[in-house]
Amino acid sequence: MMSSIFDHTLASAREALRSRKISAVELVDAHIDAIERLDDGLNSFITRTPEQARLAAKEADALLAKGEGGSLCGLPIGIKDLFATEGVRTTAASKILGNFVPPYESTVTANLKRDGAISLGKLNLDEFAMGSTNLTSAFGGVENPWKRRDSDAKLVPGGSSGGSAAAVAAGLVLGATGTDTGGSIRQPAAFCGIAGIKPTYGRCSRFGTIAFASSLDQAGPMARTLQDCAILLESMAGFDPKDSTSVNRPVPHYEAALGRGVKGLKVGIPKEYRIDGLPAEIEAIWQQGINWLKEAGAEVVDISLPHTKYGLPAYYIAALAEASSNLARYDGVRFGERVSGASLDALYEATRAAGFGDEVKRRILLGTYVLSSGYYDAYYLRAQKVRTLLQRDFLKAYETVDVILAPTAPSGAFAWDEKPTDPVQVYLNDVFTVPASMAGVPALSVPAGLDGRGVPLGLQLIGRFFDEETLLAAGSVLEQAASFTHRPTIHAGVSA
Amino acid sequence: MSLDAKTVAKMARLARVGLSDEQVHTYQKEMQGIIGWVDQLNEVDVTDVPPMIGTGLAQPRLRDDQVTDGNCRDEVLSNAPDREGPFYTVPKVVE
Repeated sequence: MMSSIFDHTLASAREALRSRKISAVELVDAHIDAIERLDDGLNSFITRTPEQARLAAKEADALLAKGEGGSLCGLPIGIKDLFATEGVRTTAASKILGNFVPPYESTVTANLKRDGAISLGKLNLDEFAMGSTNLTSAFGGVENPWKRRDSDAKLVPGGSSGGSAAAVAAGLVLGATGTDTGGSIRQPAAFCGIAGIKPTYGRCSRFGTIAFASSLDQAGPMARTLQDCAILLESMAGFDPKDSTSVNRPVPHYEAALGRGVKGLKVGIPKEYRIDGLPAEIEAIWQQGINWLKEAGAEVVDISLPHTKYGLPAYYIAALAEASSNLARYDGVRFGERVSGASLDALYEATRAAGFGDEVKRRILLGTYVLSSGYYDAYYLRAQKVRTLLQRDFLKAYETVDVILAPTAPSGAFAWDEKPTDPVQVYLNDVFTVPASMAGVPALSVPAGLDGRGVPLGLQLIGRFFDEETLLAAGSVLEQAASFTHRPTIHAGVSA
Repeated sequence: MSLDAKTVAKMARLARVGLSDEQVHTYQKEMQGIIGWVDQLNEVDVTDVPPMIGTGLAQPRLRDDQVTDGNCRDEVLSNAPDREGPFYTVPKVVE
């Protein structure tokens, strides 16, 4: 088979650019062309920025020709449309920010730009990152480039970073930024057969990332391999005085951790993650992961995270409370869409009625309820106490194990029309990802295989605070053992 | 705990989200379902457990009392849906 420009990973493209086997202009043009060919269908981009990208590619080639340029010089990526990008429309996939053009740049995207990455545009997501399907976007749902073997039904890419996952999986970009509040990087990564890392809370700056639930939101990389994720994370991470929750500690050379292996590493298997009704295929891929780590020399230990069951309900209270507060700023006065009213209150009510979608409104109303007088102690305060218990579960587990292995999601990608109508059923998608978010510990998802219908499944590793390196070492072992080389039906490298 | 339509309407009012009667009815059913589901948290013994406020990883820090940003009035105003000169406009608030 002839090799194509779309066979490149971010890492191999970086080498090809540095050795001048390809130019940044060629690489960027090929990806812009792929977006034009495929994305009217996939809908992974909300805003495309080909002109800016072509200009940046020329500048990158000039630097590369001199042997200069940062660690990501000339590499085409996509940015989740939750990161403010100076001069480029930033919508959070909401009507209320439909024409918002930030006059400033988020720290994470500024870091990627500093290192020479080239953005091809802003990627679709669930409105304000609220969802697990990418169907709540005001700019339309995203199609997962994967299809079941036996059907042409459109599958969801997962969410909220569904546009990021779909664009990476389809080969439209070499990597993308995501954000993860309760699983929004890991679950779509698993659904689309790519890798994604939710770093430790405080590792990447939240400055300029549109807030959903501030005590949980964390930016991270999504790409086809863990090496690519490591390269991106090293650029994205770092202390930022503009974020009071940013932690000031050095950023390691993450790529170096990939080859460490797992000999002697203790891997915990939490018994509470064996939930009732877990599909046999998920159980099987989890067991496969256990065997792979054992064969590579890890010691597997059964552990207990006793409050796991309460992770989801506590998460929804905490996240919705913070969301209702964060989204109070969208009032139609200082920025965003406005719907006029006879009084100031009427203006607010009309603006927010027209500007927010159903899922966002429901979350604002519930968040308002759990914070309201008379219910605060019963709901919000209790949820915060349960959150302490969830974090203690992890801290206790890490006294005996180095890393925890679990499935990423309780199923593979499902079809658009199979999305449950009961919100609680939708929330259950996040059952395995939410506990790490609540504790603030880092976690990643890596593609591990296909289910019986040909749809990817992911495995999740959860680590100690700021120990993304051990996650990468163990994840790399899984990645190599799985040797996941399958490609989705819709891919830039497949000629029409 | 039961969450009636009156409470949903009150939350919508507090959150300044305009809802039709029909929407109040729909949200009431959904919110009741979600609240019924989160009530399982009452099973957890939280005696003497402090609430978790953030992850506790970032230490509060001080910086020099200096202006580090600002002087960007036009940028700040650049996304205003309606303005008069350097002012945002709103409906008349005081008669």
